[in-house]
Amino acid sequence: MSYIKNITDGFGTAATGMKFTLKHLFSPNVTVQYPNTNPYTEISAVDKIPDRARNRLLLDPDICNGCTSCARACPVDCIEIDTVKVIANDPDQPTLSDGTKRRLWLAKYDINFAQCCFCGLCAAACPTEALKHTTVFDYCTYDVNDLLYHFSTMTPEQIAEKKKLLADEVKAKAAAAAAAKSEN
Amino acid sequence: METTYYIYNLIANSTTELIAAVIVAIIPLLFILPYALVAIYGELKISAFMQDKLGPMRTGPYGLLQPIAEVFKLLQKEDITPDAADKPLFNIAPVLIFVGSYAAFAVIPFSSYFAPSGLNVGIFFAMAISSLAVIAIMMGGWSSGNKFALLGAFRSVAQIVSYEIPAAMAVLGIAAMANTLNINTIIESQSGWFWNWFLFGGQGGIEKIWVIPFTVVMCVIYFISSLAECNRTPFDLVEGESELVAGYATEYSGMKYAMFYLAEYANMFVAAALITILFLGGWSSPLGDILNGPIWQLAWFVIKTMSIVFLQIWVRWTLPRIRVDQLMFVCWKVFLPISFVCFLAMALARMVQ
Amino acid sequence: MNETKKIIEYSQIDSDRMRINVGPQHPSTHGVFRAEVEIDGEIVTELVPHIGYLHRCFEKHCEKRNFHQIVPYTDRLDYVSSMNNEWPYIMAVEKLAGIEVSEKVEILRVICAELNRIANHELCVATFGLDCGAFTPFLWLFRDREFALAILEKLSGGRLLYNYFAVGGMQKDIYPELKKDIKAFVKRVRETVVEVNNVLTYNKIFVNRTANVGILPKDVALSYACSGPVARASGIDYDLRKNEPYSVYNRFDFKTSVIREGEERHGCVGDSWNRNWVRVLEMEESCKILEQAIEILPEEGDVTAGIPKKVKVPKGEVYAHAESPKGEMGYYVVSNGKDIPERCRCRSASFVNLACLPDIVRGTMFADMIVILASIDIVLGDVDR
Repeated sequence: MSYIKNITDGFGTAATGMKFTLKHLFSPNVTVQYPNTNPYTEISAVDKIPDRARNRLLLDPDICNGCTSCARACPVDCIEIDTVKVIANDPDQPTLSDGTKRRLWLAKYDINFAQCCFCGLCAAACPTEALKHTTVFDYCTYDVNDLLYHFSTMTPEQIAEKKKLLADEVKAKAAAAAAAKSEN
Repeated sequence: METTYYIYNLIANSTTELIAAVIVAIIPLLFILPYALVAIYGELKISAFMQDKLGPMRTGPYGLLQPIAEVFKLLQKEDITPDAADKPLFNIAPVLIFVGSYAAFAVIPFSSYFAPSGLNVGIFFAMAISSLAVIAIMMGGWSSGNKFALLGAFRSVAQIVSYEIPAAMAVLGIAAMANTLNINTIIESQSGWFWNWFLFGGQGGIEKIWVIPFTVVMCVIYFISSLAECNRTPFDLVEGESELVAGYATEYSGMKYAMFYLAEYANMFVAAALITILFLGGWSSPLGDILNGPIWQLAWFVIKTMSIVFLQIWVRWTLPRIRVDQLMFVCWKVFLPISFVCFLAMALARMVQ
Repeated sequence: MNETKKIIEYSQIDSDRMRINVGPQHPSTHGVFRAEVEIDGEIVTELVPHIGYLHRCFEKHCEKRNFHQIVPYTDRLDYVSSMNNEWPYIMAVEKLAGIEVSEKVEILRVICAELNRIANHELCVATFGLDCGAFTPFLWLFRDREFALAILEKLSGGRLLYNYFAVGGMQKDIYPELKKDIKAFVKRVRETVVEVNNVLTYNKIFVNRTANVGILPKDVALSYACSGPVARASGIDYDLRKNEPYSVYNRFDFKTSVIREGEERHGCVGDSWNRNWVRVLEMEESCKILEQAIEILPEEGDVTAGIPKKVKVPKGEVYAHAESPKGEMGYYVVSNGKDIPERCRCRSASFVNLACLPDIVRGTMFADMIVILASIDIVLGDVDR
């Protein structure tokens, strides 16, 4: 008896399965033809890349105050920051967008996206919201070195000039301190 | 059947018999190649739609050129022969498997006006020659020098040889009912409306109704056995991807792999054509004498056969794979006894007639 | 002495037996698991598992990173259920630092974990079917898993590696349509489960392939310290969400999906079919929890407020565990008072569950070995860490 039941079960369940696959044969499909459809605008709300998506990082160098908390928060050390102190009476001392004076020149701000793990800890650590994740995800390159992004807007000459100014100031301060000492 | 050699006679009358023979032999090949492209494309698209995706879309409009692109891809791939392989056998196997499936086309009548050969023992020939695939798979699997390939070959031999028997029982039943082994005669004895098909018990009045369940069951058995002989899911444990990587074809690449691929689709067609011939009335129109010209017969034959091919694809993308001991169980303990019973019933029906 | 022993061993080897390397490059070892299999015809006589191809020194990394920085690393252990990996770690650190979190955070954590549990089980059932040769349900389930991932991406910003849990809170607040999305998702999951059950789970071929295959008896499961669906399929009533209700799980009404003697639908207690069936049942239970959780999830409240800039942890050690989809996931964290842990030991479910494989595979067929491996549901990132 179980022999016959097994046979009918086998055909019965196979037929049920085939009924479902036939139903799907005529149901709408869900493929997103990615390079042909824009993943930001042209697709349904489910497949759309959400605004929170943690993809390529973007730094606004005008807001960044060079505090390096992002580099310290990074678990894979993919952010490299180099800063130069702004001297007290710099001729073109800029103002940050939050109104405070800039204390550090951002000589170097490199993010290596070949290393980045997109965890979002840097953006969470940033006190000024200068570093943010964007939704841009398709930025692959043929050369791995192209994934090293330089966000600093300063030219080497400017950096050298600011460094010289700082050195001068330090020297002047040291001289002043020495003079003060000798006076004592 | 005097019209079977219509094309052959047409050519032979204007040229020589040799040229006619060659041309008639080449016509199935001219059919297989475009058919394989259509079947590959169909399989890709049908499976994709069943899985709620689109399938190939980037080669040509709606991915129509995808099978051609795949053929070119396989053509330009490096042809690797492993060091551990037995080289002559390894190289012959893909040719042999294709020869087997191509030779079976020799007796398949596409229309009452065209069959490459109107052999008197046509159905017997088709059964015999399609078993050549076993030898080819065994050769390929064993000579690869790969353990997965060897296991695949073992399974293949066990599977194909076993499933020949229920298939042969089905053929025997039909042969008994039609009283012949000649394919054209088998088809002719199903002519008329579709209830004259052997699926529905063949010619006869209302009194044949008791034999219909047996013939339907026989048709199902033959269909499933042919799936097993073509190594299609749920019987694809010869090349079962998740277990044996690619089974007997693990070490093959490039054009040799393409030969296996082509042979699989050609085999599918042969199996479907045999079901059409044996149970669905072959080229004869289901509507009696309506739409029953030579060209219409070709159309009917291709439509019927392609429906069976669709059924094969549909089954493949629904069912999981069976295990090797269950495969043997199904063959020897389920199909064989049932096919014996059905054969007896069909023979009885012949006697009653 | 050694030589003679060797000769005897070799002479005893049955010449019919064949040694096959399954993996690390094999379609169904779920990654880079390598099994050295000795087969006699089709029967597996011995299986020696080799792991470590995906070892990434998680525990050593933890000794160089501060408590916040470890969270992205925990994501990468069991990369198909990252939320469930983060949670026990966060629990351990919070327990050690004595941080209390708000009710909203707890409920949000439950929602994330259950969403991810459904995603994980969908993946597991899908690949289980794939290993049995059914390709179509695999893609249906993958499509559905996409909706779970979409919700989690909208929440956290990551699609697979979320880094959403933080010590003392969550990285981001909920988004407005969360409840609507989850309702739609739960409806969808239920529909798909019905379809997949009909096409795959109840299919006679599938039942024959998996029922009564790879039976893991209760005592063996206990002695191997199996947990999660593997243990529950063997009749062990062990679900941390019920047995030691952490977080707010005691507020939800749900069942533990245990297969008990005499209640099995197909096969017997502890076989592959029931391991898969437990996962199917758990999807439904997770749906229930999700439905209840979105009812009591408060809209107001800042989930990011409690995150300390620097986690101040006293000296001490703590073990915290949670029910991940694969089983019991636990972290043993030792602190010496600095903001970097001295030791962070991880107890992962896949690794422990995998240990029983050689035992239950012996004597089954080669094709069954693949099925059993798939039914244990390992992720190599979790095994090798």
